[in-house]
Amino acid sequence: MHKESELRPPLILGEKTWHDITEDVCRPVESKANKWWKMAFTVSVAGLLWWIISVSYTLGTGLGVWGLNKTVGWAWDITNFVWWVGIGHAGTLISAILMLFRQKWRLSINRSAEAMTIFAVICAATFILSHMGRPWVGYWPLPLANQFGSLWVNFNSPLVWDVFAISTYFSVSLVFWYTGLIPDFAVIRDRAKTKWSKRIYTILSFGWVGTAKNWQRFEEVSLVLAGLSTPLVLSVHSVVSMDFATSIVPGWHTTIFPPYFVAGAIFSGFAMVQTLLIIVRKVLALEDYITVYHIDMMNRVILITGSIVGVAYITEFFIAWYSGVEYEQYAFINRATGPYWWAYWSMMTCNVITPQLFWSSKLRENVFATFIISIFVNIGMWFERFVIIVTSLHRDYITSSWTMYHPTWVEAGIFIGSLGLFFTCFLLFARVFPVIAMSELKTIVKTSSEGAKKKSNQSNH
Amino acid sequence: MEKRYWKGVEELNNTPEFTRLRDNEFFEHLPVDEVLNKKAASDSSTTRRDFLKFLGFSVAAASLAACDAPVKKAIPYVSKPEEITLGIPNYYASSYYDGTDYCSVLVKTREGRPIKIEGNDLSGVTKGGTNARVQGSVLSLYDSARLTSPLKGGQKSDWKTVDADIIAKLTAAVSAGKKIAIVASSNASPSAKKAIADFSAKYTTATLATYDAVSYNGVVKGNEMSFGKAIVPSYSFDKAEIIVSFAADFLSNWISPIEFAVQYGVGRKLRNGKRTMSRHIQVESTLSLTGSNADSRYKVKPSELSSAVAALYNKVAALAGGTSISAGSSSFDKAADKVAHELWAAKGKALVVSGSNDPNEQVLVNAINNMLGSYGNTISLDSTCNLRSSNDGAVVELMQAMNAGQVGAVIFWNTNPVYTMPSMSEAIAKVGTKISLSDRNDETASKCDYVCPDHHYLESWGDVEPYTNRYSLMQPTIRPLFNTRQAAESLLKWAGVQVVDYYTYVRANWEANIYPKQSGMTSFEAFWTKSLQDGVFAATIPASTPATFVGNVADAASKLMKPSAGADVVLYEKTGIANGNQANNPWLQELPDPISKVCWDNYFAILPAYAEKLKVVQGNVIEVKVGNTAIKGPVFLQPAMADNTIAVAVGYGRTAAGKAGNGVGFNAYPFVTLSNGSLSMIAANATVTKTVEDDHTLAATQTHHTMMGREIVKETTLSKWLRDSKSGNEQELIDSPYGKKKPEELDLWATTEKPGFDRPNHSWGLGIDLNACIGCGSCVVACNAENNVPVVGKDEIGRAREMHWIRIDRYYSSDTTKENAGEKGLGKLSMYGEMEKPGSDNPEVFFQPVMCQHCNHAPCETVCPVAATTHSSEGLNMMAYNRCVGTRYCANNCPYKVRRFNWFKYSDNDQFPYNMQDNLGKMVLNPDVVVRSRGVMEKCSMCVQRIQYGKLESKKAGRRPKDGEIKTACAQACPTNAIVFGDFNDKNSEVNNLFKDPRSYHLLAELNVQPSVFYQTKVRNKN
Repeated sequence: MHKESELRPPLILGEKTWHDITEDVCRPVESKANKWWKMAFTVSVAGLLWWIISVSYTLGTGLGVWGLNKTVGWAWDITNFVWWVGIGHAGTLISAILMLFRQKWRLSINRSAEAMTIFAVICAATFILSHMGRPWVGYWPLPLANQFGSLWVNFNSPLVWDVFAISTYFSVSLVFWYTGLIPDFAVIRDRAKTKWSKRIYTILSFGWVGTAKNWQRFEEVSLVLAGLSTPLVLSVHSVVSMDFATSIVPGWHTTIFPPYFVAGAIFSGFAMVQTLLIIVRKVLALEDYITVYHIDMMNRVILITGSIVGVAYITEFFIAWYSGVEYEQYAFINRATGPYWWAYWSMMTCNVITPQLFWSSKLRENVFATFIISIFVNIGMWFERFVIIVTSLHRDYITSSWTMYHPTWVEAGIFIGSLGLFFTCFLLFARVFPVIAMSELKTIVKTSSEGAKKKSNQSNH
Repeated sequence: MEKRYWKGVEELNNTPEFTRLRDNEFFEHLPVDEVLNKKAASDSSTTRRDFLKFLGFSVAAASLAACDAPVKKAIPYVSKPEEITLGIPNYYASSYYDGTDYCSVLVKTREGRPIKIEGNDLSGVTKGGTNARVQGSVLSLYDSARLTSPLKGGQKSDWKTVDADIIAKLTAAVSAGKKIAIVASSNASPSAKKAIADFSAKYTTATLATYDAVSYNGVVKGNEMSFGKAIVPSYSFDKAEIIVSFAADFLSNWISPIEFAVQYGVGRKLRNGKRTMSRHIQVESTLSLTGSNADSRYKVKPSELSSAVAALYNKVAALAGGTSISAGSSSFDKAADKVAHELWAAKGKALVVSGSNDPNEQVLVNAINNMLGSYGNTISLDSTCNLRSSNDGAVVELMQAMNAGQVGAVIFWNTNPVYTMPSMSEAIAKVGTKISLSDRNDETASKCDYVCPDHHYLESWGDVEPYTNRYSLMQPTIRPLFNTRQAAESLLKWAGVQVVDYYTYVRANWEANIYPKQSGMTSFEAFWTKSLQDGVFAATIPASTPATFVGNVADAASKLMKPSAGADVVLYEKTGIANGNQANNPWLQELPDPISKVCWDNYFAILPAYAEKLKVVQGNVIEVKVGNTAIKGPVFLQPAMADNTIAVAVGYGRTAAGKAGNGVGFNAYPFVTLSNGSLSMIAANATVTKTVEDDHTLAATQTHHTMMGREIVKETTLSKWLRDSKSGNEQELIDSPYGKKKPEELDLWATTEKPGFDRPNHSWGLGIDLNACIGCGSCVVACNAENNVPVVGKDEIGRAREMHWIRIDRYYSSDTTKENAGEKGLGKLSMYGEMEKPGSDNPEVFFQPVMCQHCNHAPCETVCPVAATTHSSEGLNMMAYNRCVGTRYCANNCPYKVRRFNWFKYSDNDQFPYNMQDNLGKMVLNPDVVVRSRGVMEKCSMCVQRIQYGKLESKKAGRRPKDGEIKTACAQACPTNAIVFGDFNDKNSEVNNLFKDPRSYHLLAELNVQPSVFYQTKVRNKN
């Protein structure tokens, strides 16, 4: 049996047995919701309702209810889209890349991170649809056989690549997530006491019986899906960045965008995972599984990707100067000193300065500090997209068309409402799905839990 | 023997089957009995269930059928009118004349509806040019605020009742010995003048008072004082080598702006080997459209303008050996000597004009022109301009008569004094019978006892004699929409003149008085037909001869306005709204002011430095008080204005114009004062106070005013250009591994093929001469009309969502340039900050029309996910509205920002109560152009419908389209021919020749988007 050094911090605290894990993970699903959940759910549903009102008003009246204009054709809509897609990236990175690298600490967090991915991509997709002038023909960018004549999509357009990237990403993530859920659903099914929950979890668990063959197939599928997802971690946000990079707008037309966007996506994704899990481990009493060590590990990822993003910001400025192109130079000077300087400096503060605090291990291991910094990063990454989109567009080539952009309550409603949509989904998930991949987690109880380490320590002496 | 024919072999053989069929009406047995027989019915196989099924089906089918779209009534022609073919436009020559603008026009009608106004090339006056107001006038035809029947006491009435009443009242007034006053705007129609004469013959106490809201009495009286002729002379700006204008906005409003713009364009263009251009010096207080085109511009406070004229007089007189006069001091004094020398050097080819309405100032201007030998060269007193005949003296007399109760009846014709002249509105309350001939129940009409609505000019017969012996006909292009009657016909009716209709009257007048002036044609019928078809007729134009100046200069100088100590208010007319007679025209309201770019508003324009002194900022509401007149309005910071000057446009603040015009801006007419017997547009010694009212938002289409050191408008001076025809247009080459290259020579992919799309047949393009463009906005309104561009209103403009397919960018020069930033010790950051500010003192102004550049490497085309915008094989960038899903990526990626998105459903939406929202307004829509729905992108199509029409016409004739045969709406509307459309594949086309000129350049050429539109460097005639 694999043996792990005692110097490595345990991944499961307390002397947990397999049964303890089952009990701890299934408790939220099998018990009644507590008042904290109910309060959070009420707030989220209220947000969701606001989202429905704002989106319906937009669809009914026209995009004019937003603050966009002739010069700034995208603003909060695409900012939110990119922000949500970026957030999704942490889940895929955790479940795919960390799996391939056999990082065991992923096991406590991958389930919720993947759920976050799915919901974030759903939120992102709503912005793709709602930002369209005619969303009722929103399926036209799909290369579907049609009777409109010899009409096909324009494969030159990055938006078509985007359609492929996002839809692939969503379907692969969904399948991957669901595959992992099957053994856990089977556990809940087997423990179910009421007729209906038994029926539902029977259907959801696809007849899992836990035989060796089941497990072997499970392992194979997971590996294949991890292999498929790994390039997606890099490709999806690269394609999203090409929405900007292939254009000719100064400030968008940048070859650095694909790696810079991917790093930014992972950066923001991990920040969101931190924000969510710090709450989840508290509310669902999972501190033994999502430990300070986990938080520390994720903070390291935030530190690294945050530094990459910071270097990218500075590189952009250097290249603008080095290019000698007037428009490019002005675009960047305008970012830092123009009318939207506050957005730029919010971004710089939140994304470049705050993550550097994580060089201190005390802060990395401080749950409260992590929570605050993760919020900062979320805000900073939102501003990053806002800065890229709005400050580049509002002053581009022909100065006569320079203008300002002012958001309306409808756009604010759709953004805050999308948070409502996200948290509604996530809270429902936390109540009916096992938030930790318990079956997989059980595989490391014998090696990496505090109990196992104690035991091995005793046997050595 | 009689021949027999059989219907078939059966009849010949007379078979029993044939006999049976012949005798029975129906081919088969009809089950009548079974249906009627009760027993048979009960035996029938149709069960209750079946019955219910059929019933259900029928109900469902009937309800489905009822769900169909509502039936629209489209009535086809039962018998096709000879001249109308569906889908083919007809053009009729006519004339636009509203007492201010004159233009000979062609009216495009489709299926009997006038939908577009074009300039008439045959006219010797306007020569095919138009302006924004003329272009917009077609929409005023379909104005729902027009009266649909005569009014009596504000209630709908009929012509019979109204006529009987009016004749009785007029007769009573005459028999009571009271005056009958006709208050009319300037009138240049021979037939209408005859009608007034006929009216006066019947009603002997009738008098005519020519009242123009913006008066030209000063010019008329000034010429009377100078030459003994109370006329407006004709000016030739094309013949002038040097033009000095004292606040005369001759490109936008002064006397005959379309004609002058055409002439000015001739003098400014450097084409076809012409290497000279006129020099234009403007001395003015506010920044006018004309002043912004000047080569040199001097700022003078309004009340000092007369002194400036006097100063120039003295300097010219010194050169001519004349005596000097006493003159007040003005900020122009220092420059006067230089200007005088320039004028003197161009003696005989100089022209000095003044926009003042003070006869004395006009006398001085005439005296200067006289010394310069302008009469007989650039000014003719022999061919007089009849377009303006304001008579302020008559108006003053009339008001005195009204106040004294001597006026029994008053008739208002094409004038609205209750709105434009508050003192008049008090006086008319004392008149017994008030009659208005207005087309709407406007401010004056609503105070009248009778309103006898006039036709719109597109429904009218008529004529104009703009200049001596130049005639122009007006003919109806649609049956009158409402129960209206032509104003002149009303007068004739009341005068009891027995004519069938006004058409007969005009025709008879032409037969009697105009036909004899020609000798070419022997029958009147032929002459009439030809004149009607051409729209114009010119008899012998009197030769221009030198004049004898008899004016008393010293006397005139002593009566000039004295420079004031305080602030001055100067009134001006905007290019779109002018005196306010078309205030209910949403196209004109939404036309951005050429200088301020503000739509749907007027404001107090003041110099930014003056605003600092007053401690006000843009949008603050201030109260300006002159004498007892106090008016509140918002502040607008206008660079290049004179200090201590407040400029405000008249024509706004209408209260009874209609839903589009009511409540837009504020009325500045009360500032008009009587001075030296003339209505003066200058009110001196104003006091300004800041009010506590909430700030007023001004909606402008352009909010950034400088070029930030970018080569957007390229410029040079005439002397540099004469040395080097590429001056100002040095193209920057790009460093590459293959040496220095032009952008279009470089490609990411090494390819031997010619980059871009093949354009084997045609390659359409536009050339825009920035030297000829005067920024008047005629093209903008023409494009609106041609392409069904929606009007969006002030709020949407404020959100930067105007829908215009063509815009005219206006830039100011800035004090800081990249070159002088170093000398000023500015770092890069502060340099950009400084470059954002328009020049503090007297910045130069640049105009640049920008529409879709139809790039042959179009950035918009590659990014559209659904291929809704694609390239044609003729170099056009096309939009398939039906395919657009509205991602707006194309607009983001357009470096010229010419794409316009339909944020709302701009048609059929009561949020935007303008032309497209009622059935009447929709009649102006061009059926060849789709009305765009919500959520799709749109932009300039280079009038693809016109290209297609021209191609089809030439195809029918079996030839290639001729150069100049196809014109885009903007090119056609342009009075200075600054926009030229044509085919690059036609080696001899005008557009090709222009493109070869070294002044030509592509906007943002360095992006290598390869536009089909090119510009030509602006050349200023200065040192």
